[in-house]
Amino acid sequence: MEPRRSPRTVIDPKVRQVGFFAPGAPPERSVSVPPAPIVSSSSSSPPVSDLSPSGNSLSPVMIPPPRHSSADNALLPSPSPSRPVPASPLRRDSLTTAAGRSYSKPSDFFPAMSLTASSSYAGRMVGNAEFSADLRGNTVKVVPTASSFPSGGFDLTAVKASSVPATGLTTVSVVKMMPPVYDPEIIVEKVGGSVEVQNDRPERSKPLKEKTSKAERRALQEAQRAAKAEGSKVPASSGAVMGANAKPIKATKPHSQKNDSATVAGSEKRGGDRLSEKDRKKDAPHPRMQYDDKIRVEKAKRRAVVKQTEAKNRVELFRHLPQYEHGTQLPDLESKFFQLDPVHPAVYKVGLQYLSGSISGGNARCIAMLEAFREAIKDYSTPSEKTLSRDLTAKISSYVSFLIECRPLSISMGNAIRFLKSCIAKVPLTLSESEAKASLQSDVEHFINEKIILADNVIVNHAVTKIRDGDVLLTYGSSSAVEMILLHAHELGKQFRVVVVDSRPKLEGKLLLRRLVGKGLSCTYTNINAISYIMREVTQVFLGASSVLSNGTVYSRVGTACVAMVAHEFRVPVLVCCEAYKFHERVQLDSICSNELGDPDVISEVPGRDDINYLDGLTNSENLQLLNLIYDVTPSDYVSMIVTDYGMVPPTSVPVIVREYRREHVWV
Amino acid sequence: MPDVQVLVNDFLNKLKKRKIEGSLATARQTAELLRSVISQQRVPYTNQARALIDAVRAVGEQLIAANPVELAVGNIVRRVLHIIREEDLSLTTAAMAGLGLSAASDDEDDADQDNHPVLSAAAVAAAARSTLRPPSLQTLLEDVPDSAAVPHTSSSGGDSEGKSKSADKSSRTRKLKHDVIEAVNELIQDIATCHEQIAEQAVEHIHQNEVILTLGSSRTVLEFLCAAKEKQRSFRVFVAEGAPRYQGHLLAKELVTRGLQTTLITDSAVFAMISRVNMVIVGAHAVMANGGVIAPVGLNMVALAAKRHAVPFVVLAGSHKLCPLYPHNPEVLLNELRSPSELLDFGEFSDCMDFGSGTASPLLHVINPTFDYVPPKLVSLFITDTGGHNPSYMYRLIADYYSADDFVVQRRSPTGR
Repeated sequence: MEPRRSPRTVIDPKVRQVGFFAPGAPPERSVSVPPAPIVSSSSSSPPVSDLSPSGNSLSPVMIPPPRHSSADNALLPSPSPSRPVPASPLRRDSLTTAAGRSYSKPSDFFPAMSLTASSSYAGRMVGNAEFSADLRGNTVKVVPTASSFPSGGFDLTAVKASSVPATGLTTVSVVKMMPPVYDPEIIVEKVGGSVEVQNDRPERSKPLKEKTSKAERRALQEAQRAAKAEGSKVPASSGAVMGANAKPIKATKPHSQKNDSATVAGSEKRGGDRLSEKDRKKDAPHPRMQYDDKIRVEKAKRRAVVKQTEAKNRVELFRHLPQYEHGTQLPDLESKFFQLDPVHPAVYKVGLQYLSGSISGGNARCIAMLEAFREAIKDYSTPSEKTLSRDLTAKISSYVSFLIECRPLSISMGNAIRFLKSCIAKVPLTLSESEAKASLQSDVEHFINEKIILADNVIVNHAVTKIRDGDVLLTYGSSSAVEMILLHAHELGKQFRVVVVDSRPKLEGKLLLRRLVGKGLSCTYTNINAISYIMREVTQVFLGASSVLSNGTVYSRVGTACVAMVAHEFRVPVLVCCEAYKFHERVQLDSICSNELGDPDVISEVPGRDDINYLDGLTNSENLQLLNLIYDVTPSDYVSMIVTDYGMVPPTSVPVIVREYRREHVWV
Repeated sequence: MPDVQVLVNDFLNKLKKRKIEGSLATARQTAELLRSVISQQRVPYTNQARALIDAVRAVGEQLIAANPVELAVGNIVRRVLHIIREEDLSLTTAAMAGLGLSAASDDEDDADQDNHPVLSAAAVAAAARSTLRPPSLQTLLEDVPDSAAVPHTSSSGGDSEGKSKSADKSSRTRKLKHDVIEAVNELIQDIATCHEQIAEQAVEHIHQNEVILTLGSSRTVLEFLCAAKEKQRSFRVFVAEGAPRYQGHLLAKELVTRGLQTTLITDSAVFAMISRVNMVIVGAHAVMANGGVIAPVGLNMVALAAKRHAVPFVVLAGSHKLCPLYPHNPEVLLNELRSPSELLDFGEFSDCMDFGSGTASPLLHVINPTFDYVPPKLVSLFITDTGGHNPSYMYRLIADYYSADDFVVQRRSPTGR
């Protein structure tokens, strides 16, 4: 996961002002400089923002007396009535107080960082932090000490944004204040762990090595980030969570984090359209891992569960894509089936199926993955000192990285994972674990049913209207949506003929042909090379897609572009059938920059044709490279129409659907 | 004569059963066969050229009918006919020149027959127009049918000569046959060496560090690429495998053993890769008079992709592949469907075929064509053994190699119009 997400630095001056940092204060300071200087700098910082009314008066430097908070609490029940209140965050009394004060005096949070706070205060802070962590939907650390503090009922009004800042504080206070309770090392580890989780980084052992001071520093940054997000509304906080999730948070790069969280917070304040803009920015696709980057590949390899050997004789043009020798790792993995701890058996099984190729096709892979995740969620139990949402997100992330090792994710799977993570992040804290799990499972099922199965039905109903008697329909490869369309049209009694075009090495068309002929459709089967010959008699071309990118290009099985091109040349309409969940806002112009490489060896041997053995002894020759591309990119001008569950649209309308759909996806 | 018939029948069988692969082999064998036909043909004293032409035509007709798709057969038959006419003409003009020497004694120039002052040379001029050069507007407008004109002229010339100089007759008879056989030998030589002549031009077209895409296998392409490699050009070749015959594997093997950087790709990846390709170099099955190409299946797709990405599409073709015909619906009429077994195993779908469903037609068709037609607008350049040419220049090239009378070989009798 990590390699895909390089830290982004969003430099937006307006955003930067939000929060506790003085405009002039270089953000790096917080990292390298011990707490005190920060405090000083922040003390002079301008008002957080117009959003927090009391922000102006806040002095982060101030260390409030321990009791202060509770008193304040009483006095300040809900300092920001104008702000929308989160639906049902879990609150403790201490939190409430902290929250209440947080508006007036964010300085409350800082004592912890300064390491001088009294234990009682720290204790409160812990509670506060814990609560906030809950709110943020990240991994929650259950700190036993929290219970020792007064815990009030749920104060809905007070919670608000204050919850957000707490995360970082928690960790700090735990580290500093609880030595008697926990071995500091363990705590540190936990802190690191939690941070890790946020980062979506699978490696957990790393933080162990870190010194407490580093943890402190990290915690400090967390706190600052949180403090910044504080002013934001609750939805913003969830947004912030996602933003945080998306970016690797490194102790050495607080700058970007700050900006990230600040971005979200700032965008929240500016409301609707502003939000969507920011949202779009945030959702801009991350640069994918480039496998010609040696350092990152090394890093990724160290973590990998699946030990893959690099294929020899790589094609120069595709060094940036992973290519492994297939077949070597499968037995090894199978033998590890019962030992592999961190991966849920269902996920493991799906991974192996990806590896062996027994599950292929965009929808099938996506459904299999989601089902496996559902199983994993069902069997999941939150470790005692973690919160469900954080820990589960981490788990899912590690599963995902396992699946990536088995086979690179398709774009549709990426979308589904994003959906699942946002679901997890949005699980209300009030739910018990079993309820949360149930709701997540139903979310997953909902996604499968609505976005895939139901979407397919809608597509079929749309597309069938385009089939008339006497048509000759051409399809390429094997697309589940197209197959359903053809079968449905046949059931409706339409008289048409199907041309199934196929290509090596997968010969998926043969399987489709078998199913169609079995259902009694009249079929013609041919190779992709004969496409120019057959196209003259074709009236319509139906193609499936792995994804549709927002510049209208269709990312699909290799060869689709050839078919669409020839159809275009012969003035035959090309209909691309693709569920909207496969749309992606990424753009791509050629098939080289991003693609997937299959097993090169299947190129050199032709099954069933023993006479084609020219390359038998040559596959190791360094002059010979075998290239097995999986996908290609069809330019949008070859596509007449895209049939989706939102209707039939021209390729130019894809970005619209991506935008609308994304909003629904994230916010609804 | 009978042994020739045996040879002819043998060759016919091979053609019919498609035992001969590739236009080069077909062309060479056709030329050799015709050579033996000519050498065995008994030439009458009069009208020898006519006799030879008839004999060649008769055999040629059978050969073409045996495999109408293999255009190289027809090309060679026409080339041989053209050779006979030319040799006959040159002999006639030489004789005329001899006559002229005695009669008018002014002209010995063989090449300048048009202005020959001798009265009987009018016939020679007509013959010259019809054989040596493409049909000019004047020839076309003349009322004399060309096909009738040639044999008539030659026969008349022979007759007159036979009457006048009987001693010269036998030597002339032998000379015609001998000359024709010599010329056919030269043609065979040309066919055999066309690779080298094409490959010689490789350095002019392949640059350092280029990426070249080709599909299927062609000996011409192989020699072309290797010639560039020998000239120390380092470049990289993408070979599309050319399913369902997978000749690309063969080409890849040859290239690898000769030390070229070769990447084998599937045919479906052509569009994906073409954006990084500098040049597409392919062989052809035949080149039509309009500049269109009959090529291995899949090349139309490649040519379209190349056009889309503005990649030059270069066709290598020896002169024996030049066909003087204009194509009509070539995708169907000049195509051949191969066995479905190359796509589907025999009996693979027998279990899901519903033969008892009442409709007589089977549910499943398998289409496996051999050739593609690439229209001239998609071709950037032809490289033949005489150099590089534009598709629009093909008709002119063809006029150099064929005489207009032979475009339709089947027409046997000169009066049979």
